[in-house]
Amino acid sequence: MAPKTSAQVCGMGHSMKRKEDPRFIRGRGNYVDDIQLPGMLHMDIVRSPFAHAKLKSINADKALKVPGVLAVITGETLAKYNLHWMPTLMSDTQMVLPTEKVMYQAQEVAAVIATDRYTAADGVEAVEVDYDPLPVVIDPFQALQPGAPVLRTDKKDKKDNRIFHWEAGDRAATDQAFAQADVMVKQDMYIPRIHVASIETCGCVADFDRVTEKLTVYMTTQAPHAIRTVFALVAGHVGLSEEKIRIVSPDIGGGFGGKVPVYPGYVIAVAASVVIGKPVKWVEDRMENLQADSFARDYHIHAELAAKKDGTMTALKIKTLADHGYTDAAANPSKFPAGLFSICTGSYDLKRAFAEVDGVYTNKPPGGIAYRCSFRVTEAAHCIERITDVLAQELKMDPAELRMKNFIPKEKFPYKSALGWEYDSGDYAAALQKAMDKIGYAELRKEQAEKRARGELMGIGISSFTEIVGAGPSKQFDILGIKMFDSAEIRVHPTGKVIARFGTKSQGQGHETTYAQIVAEELGIPAAHVQVEEGDTDTAPYGLGTYASRSTPTAGAAGAMAARKIREKAKKIAAHLLECAEDDLVWETGKFSVKGSPQRSKTIQDIALAAYTNHPQGMEAGLEAVSYYDPPNLTFPFGSYICVVDIDRGTGMVKIRRFVAVDDCGNIINPMIVDGQIHGGLAMGMAPALLEEISYDEDGNVQGGSFMDYLVPTAMETPAWELDKTVTPSPHHPLGAKGVGESATVGAPPAIANAVVDALAHLGVRHVDIPITPEKVWKILKEKGAAE
Amino acid sequence: MATHKITVTVNGAARAADVESRLLLVHLLRESFRLTGTHIGCDTTHCGACTVLLDGQPVKSCTVLAVQADGREVSTVEGLERDGKLHPVQEGFWEKHGLQCGYCTPGMLMTGCALLARTKEPSEQDIREAISGNLCRCTGYVNIVQAIQYAAAKLRER
Repeated sequence: MAPKTSAQVCGMGHSMKRKEDPRFIRGRGNYVDDIQLPGMLHMDIVRSPFAHAKLKSINADKALKVPGVLAVITGETLAKYNLHWMPTLMSDTQMVLPTEKVMYQAQEVAAVIATDRYTAADGVEAVEVDYDPLPVVIDPFQALQPGAPVLRTDKKDKKDNRIFHWEAGDRAATDQAFAQADVMVKQDMYIPRIHVASIETCGCVADFDRVTEKLTVYMTTQAPHAIRTVFALVAGHVGLSEEKIRIVSPDIGGGFGGKVPVYPGYVIAVAASVVIGKPVKWVEDRMENLQADSFARDYHIHAELAAKKDGTMTALKIKTLADHGYTDAAANPSKFPAGLFSICTGSYDLKRAFAEVDGVYTNKPPGGIAYRCSFRVTEAAHCIERITDVLAQELKMDPAELRMKNFIPKEKFPYKSALGWEYDSGDYAAALQKAMDKIGYAELRKEQAEKRARGELMGIGISSFTEIVGAGPSKQFDILGIKMFDSAEIRVHPTGKVIARFGTKSQGQGHETTYAQIVAEELGIPAAHVQVEEGDTDTAPYGLGTYASRSTPTAGAAGAMAARKIREKAKKIAAHLLECAEDDLVWETGKFSVKGSPQRSKTIQDIALAAYTNHPQGMEAGLEAVSYYDPPNLTFPFGSYICVVDIDRGTGMVKIRRFVAVDDCGNIINPMIVDGQIHGGLAMGMAPALLEEISYDEDGNVQGGSFMDYLVPTAMETPAWELDKTVTPSPHHPLGAKGVGESATVGAPPAIANAVVDALAHLGVRHVDIPITPEKVWKILKEKGAAE
Repeated sequence: MATHKITVTVNGAARAADVESRLLLVHLLRESFRLTGTHIGCDTTHCGACTVLLDGQPVKSCTVLAVQADGREVSTVEGLERDGKLHPVQEGFWEKHGLQCGYCTPGMLMTGCALLARTKEPSEQDIREAISGNLCRCTGYVNIVQAIQYAAAKLRER
């Protein structure tokens, strides 16, 4: 789609070089750990080696004798201010520091405040903690057994480890459809716990000024305003007041959902700064990050799919056990404890469906929403795309043909799914066809047949996913009661330049560039002249932050709407300057001219100047607008990915030979940035598919707690991704755009899993759980007599 | 703990410091010398965000003690730009969208520089191998490879 604006204006569709890059390529970014304030102290944390234990005593005597250690904070310290427990974003409760017992390995137990980070670490080593181990609950199925130890003894009258039961769809009608089906397949799938591992870990500098009584927290947070309000509500009783709290998200080294939750470290640092009256810096190290921060996935799924003999899918039934760790500290919209899992009917015209999710407590760190999951869409897409291939195998039908047969046809959009979503637009067949053409699908199937005859293992896997992003309409979406609108505040200066502030917060997605392009598109002011800011709650309009691919659908839309309000006022000023009626004016990018007399025109820059020097009498001066955008619906990006793998029969190693990704995110703001999001998302889809897992032994010891065992892909494992696009605009978004940040993490894992199963299908393999490690594959080959 | 007086030449300028034996080079650079362009991303020497050049060789500065740099030359990302002109590798990352959050970028730039100093026409495989000690979560590596290829071409032009 050719851009409508010139390269100089650089509106939508231009691959504008990023405005944020000049500082990053010079090493002049400003990340939390770069911040050094006068008198700043350092905090480090004592952590539990036990997954479940009574806290008998904490002895800080030796620690306090280490020169440079100023204080040791425990749960008892915080209990004096009633800050030892706090609410989670899902209205459960979490410990800031324990007073009774610890509930996961690496849980925060005490904090040491010292003059520098090395001394703080020395202090941590010197704190003596006495524990009395308690029985550990690791297996979520066992957690639900009668007689299992009840973990949340802090909850009065709680007699089990259940958190929630959630369901969607018509169970009876779905059961009936299954009873009448010609064919039915079922499959258990485990999507293991993984960790987002952004290269920058989490941290903050909490700075309480005793004179002004203002608290400033520089923080790795994707949602600064929500944090400010939470702090005001949680610590209001100790004197913090929302107008005197400033949260600043500076540059953030990757978020991916891992920087949404309120971690205990932040709260302790704030408490320490308030009590001591000096800035306190806390930055976790990598092992703390992997072992204690919000995890992702951990869904035990049982899926069933019913169909007619000819392959027409008729019904879908899913039962999931969600292992949440010791508390529900996910960050879902409050009415959706299982996130947007009900997108699990995917791209298919399934008339009947029923999904249920049960959340359970275990002795593990809490979380569930992170790692670019789009609120559990990764889990939902993996489920439907895997069970679709299981059905294809059962019917001996080509998986591309089965998908084409069942896609929601283009004409049916907006489409009401059996589980209640109204998909805005889609053309699934076109995307899959494009992917098949690009990869040479028919030739690959021929090659596979030839290789199979020779005993070589080659697989082709397809994933045709539908995403659901842009949370969300205020009728359904809130976090802790705060509606999930988002915002833009745009001001045009007398010399025609712009400052635009938004309620979201980029952690690498390029908003300083893409939002400028949106303003350029709407006002004709060059994007180079538009200064974009996010992340400082003192200046940015209230927003819910950046995660779940929501920025373009919500704040991007707000930017367009605010710019249009400015254009309306600009029109009035233009009419005044040109001495004509507003109706006589015509807008083309960057100027208003009189209908029929194009030489009589005023540029947006002329108008901006006039807004301050020659505005019409009776009108306010200035040229600015705010928009709080309440999206009418979510948006539904989609795509088809095809993956080709070759498997080494001696080692079980899976090598991705080719990966074609055809994405549709509606109208595109910056093609280069969109492709970058997809490249990164594909790598973060391959990682869980082949490499990453965080697991626990029966005592709750974590396995995968450092980069020695937790295998983040390097440039050596990552293939050269091949990208293409279809463009199906969103009918309800002001720019027709949909968002794309998580499409690839959603679509890639099932494509890879499907390719591996496809390579082994002739041996009788129907399913392999991710991560598909060489060990797993080799065991299968050995069992099937196909290992070398 | 014993302290040592050391002198390290950083980006061409001699800098003196009085350091504990255990002080890591990355902390010397970031905290003592306030050069915060070099980043910390892990504690097991895997991520490479801390990569600097020590006498021209890429090293992970989280696994070098400050005292080991005494009397030697350290090059960091802050030294790449000369007289207001970007180094070709910096240009390449900007042109080719080789960065998103920017956190791994200084390490990638220094590793890229070291590669291009020894290989004038690196293949894609050469580049991937050279940066295999630098983790990136944002970019999926494709554009980083292209950025370094761009820089190689620019340097060959000179």
